[in-house]
Amino acid sequence: MKPVDFDYEQAKSVDEAITLLTQSADALILAGGQTLGPMLNLRLVQPELLVDITRIDELVRVEASTTHVTIGACVSHAAVEDRRIADLGHDFLARVAGGIGYRAVRNRGTLGGSVANADPAADWVSCFAALDAEILVSGQSGQRIVKIDDFLVGAMETTIGTGELINGIRMPRLGASVRCGYAKISRKPGEFADAIAAIVHDPDRGCCRVVVGATDGLPLLLDNDALGLGPAVALPAVLDPGPVRDHLAWHMPVPDLYRLNVQCAVLQRALADAHAFPS
Amino acid sequence: MSTHGVGASVLRKEDDRYLRGRGEFVGDIQLAGTRHVAFLRSPVAHGYLRNASIPNECRQQVFVADDLAAVAPIRAHSTLPGFKSSDQPVLASGKVRHVGELIAMCVADTRAEAEDIVDAIGVEIEELPVLSDMLAAREAGAPLVHEEWGDNVFLTTDFEQDLDPIIARAAASVTRTIRTARQSMSPLEGRGVLARWDSRLEQLVVYTSTQQPHIVRTGLSECLGIEHARIRVVAPDVGGGFGYKGILLPEEICLAWAAIKLGHPLKWLEDRRENLIASSNCREHHYTITVYGDANGKLLAIDAEATVDAGAYSSYPFSACLEAAQVVSILPGVYDLEGYRCRTYAVATNKPPILPYRGVARCGVCTALELMVDALARELAIEPTEVRFQSLIGPEQMPFNNITSKHFDSGDYPESLRQVIDTIDLDSIRSRQQRGEADGRRIGIGFAMYTEQGAHGTTVYANWGIPMVPGHEQCTARLTPDGGLELRIGAHSHGQGLETTLAQVAHEVLGIPLEQTRLIHGDTAITPYSTGTWGSRSMVMSGGAVACACDELARRVLRIGANLLQCPVEAVRLKDGAVQGAAGSIQLAEISRTWYLKPQELDTEADPAGLEVTAGYKPEQDSGTFSYATHAAVIAVDPLTGEIELLDYVIAEDGGVLVNPMIVDGQILGGLAQGIGTALFEEMVYSTDGQPQASTLSEYLLPGPTEVPDAQIIHLETPSPYTRFGVKGIGEGGCIAPPAAITNAINDALRAIGVELSVLPVTPRRIVEAVAAASDSSLGKVTT
Ligand SMILES: Cc1cc2nc3c(=O)[nH]c(=O)nc-3n(C[C@H](O)[C@H](O)[C@H](O)COP(=O)(O)OP(=O)(O)OC[C@H]3O[C@@H](n4cnc5c(N)ncnc54)[C@H](O)[C@@H]3O)c2cc1C
Repeated sequence: MKPVDFDYEQAKSVDEAITLLTQSADALILAGGQTLGPMLNLRLVQPELLVDITRIDELVRVEASTTHVTIGACVSHAAVEDRRIADLGHDFLARVAGGIGYRAVRNRGTLGGSVANADPAADWVSCFAALDAEILVSGQSGQRIVKIDDFLVGAMETTIGTGELINGIRMPRLGASVRCGYAKISRKPGEFADAIAAIVHDPDRGCCRVVVGATDGLPLLLDNDALGLGPAVALPAVLDPGPVRDHLAWHMPVPDLYRLNVQCAVLQRALADAHAFPS
Repeated sequence: MSTHGVGASVLRKEDDRYLRGRGEFVGDIQLAGTRHVAFLRSPVAHGYLRNASIPNECRQQVFVADDLAAVAPIRAHSTLPGFKSSDQPVLASGKVRHVGELIAMCVADTRAEAEDIVDAIGVEIEELPVLSDMLAAREAGAPLVHEEWGDNVFLTTDFEQDLDPIIARAAASVTRTIRTARQSMSPLEGRGVLARWDSRLEQLVVYTSTQQPHIVRTGLSECLGIEHARIRVVAPDVGGGFGYKGILLPEEICLAWAAIKLGHPLKWLEDRRENLIASSNCREHHYTITVYGDANGKLLAIDAEATVDAGAYSSYPFSACLEAAQVVSILPGVYDLEGYRCRTYAVATNKPPILPYRGVARCGVCTALELMVDALARELAIEPTEVRFQSLIGPEQMPFNNITSKHFDSGDYPESLRQVIDTIDLDSIRSRQQRGEADGRRIGIGFAMYTEQGAHGTTVYANWGIPMVPGHEQCTARLTPDGGLELRIGAHSHGQGLETTLAQVAHEVLGIPLEQTRLIHGDTAITPYSTGTWGSRSMVMSGGAVACACDELARRVLRIGANLLQCPVEAVRLKDGAVQGAAGSIQLAEISRTWYLKPQELDTEADPAGLEVTAGYKPEQDSGTFSYATHAAVIAVDPLTGEIELLDYVIAEDGGVLVNPMIVDGQILGGLAQGIGTALFEEMVYSTDGQPQASTLSEYLLPGPTEVPDAQIIHLETPSPYTRFGVKGIGEGGCIAPPAAITNAINDALRAIGVELSVLPVTPRRIVEAVAAASDSSLGKVTT
């Protein structure tokens, strides 16, 4: 399990990275390497060039405005876990970060890498979907801002183009009475999840997003009306299991009893989490 | 008990180097001029190898079967009647029989470049129908793995008895099919080989990560056709074995052959992918089993048919008979039965050969039988522990020859069960079950018992007639001129702590401080021949040999000491590392120095044999020691999600006299972790076309620290009547019972909703599906 012969460049700026990426037909971005490393070793990818973007200052920035927080793509899971970046509210990001893989993975793995990889079972994918985050994409013609719902196209698929990279993730600042809940069910700690639920209930911003993740495709944004949810209603302590189950079953492309059961369970746990964590 | 001898929980000598990262494994050894090997492996499970196209520019770096024409295939025969041998070619020729089988060896300056060559070779394989399921293997018209056999059965074994009279008396019977998964042994260090030709000594030197350096040497000698004297096998530090390193690998032979041919050192380190898809398969049993009991719950008889998926080849030296033939002889477990009937099939399939794994055959057998004990108890509506008390072999019956003539040496089986029941507090679990859980989960308790035959020797293995039958185990003990002690043994320590425990044994006899005793092992050039470390044998066999060699050293030291003290040998004794007489005492170091360097101080009639002794040892009765244990698990299961939490785990084991109880606890806990893997996580799934579905550890789940609970361990100590110090083999036991105890606990928890699981591992998905089947609920309905 050794990679093919490849060249390696450390980009010093976003522009340089983009130039390097467009110069070679088979160039790949290297961030934390926690996904790319195994793929290289298994020769699932055989690039000519790796462009390391982790030394670009711009990509490890954190910008906080009154309405948003923008986190650079190369900020590590561990930096978030350790609360080295501003809290959006309800300590949400740090709580999610702490449950990703193992600490060694979190030390190197990055937010941008997770989103770019778009594994449906990745924690940030569901979390950012619940937050209605925006992805900042840099390319030859400048920067575009894409809503997460439009950025993700399917399992391991995004709208990112060749010669583009994720520059950062922009998230709204959450209201004072926000409740965030997160839960996942996996075979053991550190394994990718069999089911994920992420909840952001933010009456001040008129937002209630309940997301079920680790599906076969895109994170599933639950229909508030169908389930009696919404920013104007208080977040319930539990959901009526019958309708939830029907709703989830209806959205499941291939019927799978186990999947359905764990999705139902994880949703209730995320609700419990949202209520259990002090606001 | 002395503070450093037999029975002392001293810290392990070897851990200082391991914990500081100063061990030396095959991968750490650097020899100048080494080139690296990568193997082209079969991408398909069954087919005729038609053509390999090798680019011209690397033709000299690639070796295929034709190049190795002079190398004999690996052949592990058994003399059991009807056993069909398989020839395992070192590099595939004619036919490939499993995914991952070696087709070509590629040599380059680095492993990466060697893998580039692998990628550049094109192979044409005419695919054949694939046999991937052991139950299909015996059906008419099944694809044939070895055409010349006419069927796919390595071996059929039987135990026949007319059960009708017993069945007529039985109050209850239950029948189940039970299946254990194919697993992949996962030592931290995979296999690895570094081979070189020593032109000065005209000797092949093979460094390999093995439990059995001497057996590898014999295997290499046979396959390569060169005499033992020209082969030296070195097993340096080995990062876990578990049986996987008790096998002669085709890779070892390839590298040895190429090192001789090419004249420079060659290295191959197995990677995790190779380990998972091609090499370390094990377990995989299927049982159809009926047990009969009387109204009190006494187990009367077992009627079973077992199939073992032995994979494509009979591996060396343990052969494809090892699992299935043992199933017949050990299925009756710890019980005193009236009736027993069993037939087993070891079948060939298009999967990698199954290899011995810690608790060989025992883990599957214990799972099958102990699940049945609980099923019978449920049928009779009595406590599963009651069936056990009714049926166990009693202490008053010891030593006991059971229905298959296994000679159980000693022990008090009911007492170990009693102690576990008390410690885990069965009554309180039962009342907790009555109360129910606020979170909707269900609590269950499960028990399992087993015996672990260890250090079984000549008589047992001679019956199986495999290439290797163990006899006396030897130790060479040598006092050095400064009074140090060197112990040379042919077994190997790779986690068992023998560097410590054998020093403790020597200390018990000679009183030499542990730090002055060094264990030398893992090198055929400087250690006595041995079949190696396997079958829970090293403490009994090598420990016995060390004691015997030290006994003789003690006799010689006493003679020399008496000579120096100018008194008769009857008047001196060995104590605290010195020969003591009425007139004074002499330290062993002084005696050694005198013998080696100042012989003029000795009378001429002093013993000429010197201070180096090789002694052999075998227990008085070599049918094996029988450790045993009761395991009990308390679990909580969520019927909606199938999640399982281990709430409590108690083990009461009897390993006879324990040389180092701390090390024994470590062995048990490590085994428990592996047993939890068997119970809940590990499963090497094959598709119908024989493709392994796990090629990394993200698909092949292993238990980690968060999955292994703190277990309470209780020791009973019934000395073996047959071994030195009364020790028994304990190396494998920890992993034998957890699958049964945990599955029984899950079934206990789900009993009220009519759910019983009998396929391992018990995954959340299997639980959810079983719960749904029982409540006849389908997709879209609420199942809680
Ligand atoms: C043992 C283990 C357990 C794990 N468990 C979890 C888990 O429980 N939950 C979870 O969510 N994740 C888990 N992961 C994945 C981990 O979070 C990775 O960090 C993440 O998937 C990828 O981030 P990275 O920075 O390592 O990206 P890399 O591996 O460097 O890159 C991944 C892919 O994204 C591309 N890429 C990287 N950065 C950018 C960018 N800025 N713009 C465009 N493309 C980019 C790369 O080219 C590559 O294709 C686990 C990983 C391991 C090894």
